[in-house]
Amino acid sequence: MNKQGNTYTFLYSVVLVVIVAALLSIVSLSLQPRQNENRQNEKRQNILSAIHVSSTADNSAELFRRYIKEQFIINAKGEKVEGNAFDVDIAKQFKQNAEKRELPVFVAEVDGAVKYILPVYGAGLWGPIWGYLSLNGDKQTVYGTFFDHQGETPGLGAEITSPNFNNQFKNKEIFSGDLLTSIRILKGGNATGKNEVDAISGGTITSQGVEAMLKNYLSYYEPFLKQR
Amino acid sequence: MSALFKGKNGEFLLGPLSKNNPVIIQVLGICSALAVTAKLEPAIVMGLSVTAVTAFSNVILSLLRNTIPTRIRIIVQLVVVAALVIIVDQILKAYAYEVSKQLSVYVGLIITNCIIMGRIEAFALANKPWPSLLDGIGNGIGYGMILVIVAFFRELLGSGSLFGCRVIPDSWYIANGGCYSNNGLLIMPAMALILVGLIIWVHRSKNKDLIEK
Repeated sequence: MNKQGNTYTFLYSVVLVVIVAALLSIVSLSLQPRQNENRQNEKRQNILSAIHVSSTADNSAELFRRYIKEQFIINAKGEKVEGNAFDVDIAKQFKQNAEKRELPVFVAEVDGAVKYILPVYGAGLWGPIWGYLSLNGDKQTVYGTFFDHQGETPGLGAEITSPNFNNQFKNKEIFSGDLLTSIRILKGGNATGKNEVDAISGGTITSQGVEAMLKNYLSYYEPFLKQR
Repeated sequence: MSALFKGKNGEFLLGPLSKNNPVIIQVLGICSALAVTAKLEPAIVMGLSVTAVTAFSNVILSLLRNTIPTRIRIIVQLVVVAALVIIVDQILKAYAYEVSKQLSVYVGLIITNCIIMGRIEAFALANKPWPSLLDGIGNGIGYGMILVIVAFFRELLGSGSLFGCRVIPDSWYIANGGCYSNNGLLIMPAMALILVGLIIWVHRSKNKDLIEK
């Protein structure tokens, strides 16, 4: 058969593509359960680090069961709705209209005290940023935070993941009286107030992204936060 | 067994480690060499991934070399390489999740690594599978070796650690009353380029025959 002819070329490419497609499907299907488990473990680890519990991929499931006492979904009015909070895809919900959004809440118990863990999601400089914010039982002061990002600049914006940045949030207040003030992230070491933290040098846009993300999400949760 | 490595075959495997190194002689694959060398662990995984892809793609295309229609040669190469890269990516996501997160898009971008297409075009399509395998492994290791050297210095001087373990004593740091501080510049990709340049300099001054007249 003429190896340079059209028929041969056509058949060759069809056979090649079919074989490769079948091979890739097999690989993808056989590895999927493990990959999903990795993703869930990571999510558990992230949620736990918002309440200052460090875990590894191996013990995250067990620690998650021990600390997280309750999880539920609320809507924009603060009413509970049906569903599994852990399975809510925050990135997908972010794209929805505000009134349709499903907002997960995780209730943790640390040394006998209740903590509420809320997911947050927003935009940094180069791509999405996200995280978890935990509040004390009074729904007024911050207990801990966890932030992560897709592609912020290492050493600058990516520092939002560092303990130095996250530790500042502890005991900050998100309400001033009845007014939701959220937390302001200020430049140049001017953060002195009860709702202010210091921004990252060289990471201004990412810091502003974190500020906007917290403000947006706390406002979505406002009806829930005002149920005292 | 020794016959398998005799003469030219040994040269195919060992040549790319020094005098025919893809990174420091041919200056290929620089993009990913800059991106994934801030820490040692991702650099090693990246080196192994590229070695696996160059080795398998070289063997597969060498086996297919007499059947491939010339007009769609490049497309066939791309399909094989892309399939292998996706398999590597999926395996990393399943068995080395943390590292695969650090490597992020760069695993997928192995497809565009010039070393792989270069070796297929220049070698695998004209040689038998066994020499092609050796050539693929040799070039992959030659690439990985430079990554590891660069990552060693970047992690040591930039983060004060190796494989994530602290090697510079805590008491040396300014924060703890010492007089040492990590060099943040080494975390930046630009410093990797300078390090690669320094390696090329050292390598050429040891091998005078490589210096262009």
